[in-house]
Amino acid sequence: MSSIAIIDYGMGNLHSAAKAVARAVEDTKVFITNHPDEILAADRVVFPGVGAIRDCMSGLHETELVEVIGQVSKQKPFLAICVGMQALMERSEENNGIDCLGMFRGEVKLFSDSMRDEVHDEKLKVPHMGWNQVEQKLDHPLWANIPDRSRFYFVHSYYVDALDSDVIAGATDYGVQFTASIAKDNIFAVQFHPEKSHKAGLQLLSNFAHWNGAF
Amino acid sequence: MGLAKRIIPCLDVDNGRVVKGVQFVDIRDAGDPVEVAKRYDEQGADEITFLDITASSDDRETMVHVVEQVASQVFIPLTVGGGIRTIEDIRRMLNAGADKVGINTAAVFNPEFVKEAAEKYGSQCIVVALDAKKVSQEGEPNRWEIFTHGGRKPTGIDAIEWAKKMTDYGAGEILLTSMDRDGTKIGFDLELTRAISDAVNVPVIASGGVGELQHLVDGVVEGKADAVLAASIFHFGEYTVEEAKKVMQDAGVEVRL
Repeated sequence: MSSIAIIDYGMGNLHSAAKAVARAVEDTKVFITNHPDEILAADRVVFPGVGAIRDCMSGLHETELVEVIGQVSKQKPFLAICVGMQALMERSEENNGIDCLGMFRGEVKLFSDSMRDEVHDEKLKVPHMGWNQVEQKLDHPLWANIPDRSRFYFVHSYYVDALDSDVIAGATDYGVQFTASIAKDNIFAVQFHPEKSHKAGLQLLSNFAHWNGAF
Repeated sequence: MGLAKRIIPCLDVDNGRVVKGVQFVDIRDAGDPVEVAKRYDEQGADEITFLDITASSDDRETMVHVVEQVASQVFIPLTVGGGIRTIEDIRRMLNAGADKVGINTAAVFNPEFVKEAAEKYGSQCIVVALDAKKVSQEGEPNRWEIFTHGGRKPTGIDAIEWAKKMTDYGAGEILLTSMDRDGTKIGFDLELTRAISDAVNVPVIASGGVGELQHLVDGVVEGKADAVLAASIFHFGEYTVEEAKKVMQDAGVEVRL
């Protein structure tokens, strides 16, 4: 039986992610862990994240998982979700500026509070909360059986602005066009919550469980 | 194309059972919250909200089990409101699988609780529920106040100022219920909805008064709500969520179909 480790670094509620992954895939052991050995031994790794980036980064340092994440993301299929994706960038504007893992070039920026939807003549609220469309920018196994521009559930006030366009796997419009998904080698990262995104989300998680890395 | 306006069915749960009656054509026992949630999920609900109206705090554990069961079968965001008074209440609901919690009366009596909750769990999971009632007389400029105890007790707090304060304190979303309209089926208080939506920068969910599908459109188009919440029009099988979305789409509102 293959296994998926969901990394627990003190960021609270990981049950949603675990339940959705377990539902999306059969014959797979899904477990939540903060033990480096268990993470290193898993076939696939999910790196979730909720809350503020400062707490996220300090959680990673306190649990001494920074090195483990660097290692497993090179060795096996690695899925980062929401703040987990933001943590892969160089730096975030949140909490007066926080250095992140720097696995991808680019920053995490705050949505402007003066964005407007000119078509419907209304302001765009922050956080960006709800179902928005993701334009698939790369042909990737994790998009298999998911129609282009499918809607996924987002909830975030900061967005990723990736510098290298060749790693952008998905893009979404909300006042600006931001990086909704990143892919490179064994890493796939999403700003939205696949575990809360109904059929499209479960399909993505199922694709991840069947993906052997790279593409 | 962009962000969709959300439709959120709301279920009142008393001691583990959906109350106020829910009827689906092909389901006999519609009092089971898990069955009801699954059905709304299949119809295309964008989120589901549970309001725990259990009177006795001893029975609140029941709600935790309801949330656990729903969360393992329904993969859209779940909000739980009612009886959320402590950080421990929030922790239990989030661990059970809720994505957001609604804080209502506890915020009025202890605003710092909202701040504490948002700092601990992040604004994205803190919904502050506002029960507002019009207090201005005819001919006067509109003024709404926050009421507690199901709309019976005035607090003297101005609803717009309160909404701003709660977002400053870290509320990630406002669930706005017009106590004048709740249960009337004559539509949302659109002036109230628009006033609150214009005053804050976080999403606003309109609630209270929906009797027909056009009211949902009005809430979004005229009230500028980011999401609409309704209970009875879906419960009694009058309309499905899918039908509601079609009507909204025909009116030019962006929805997730």
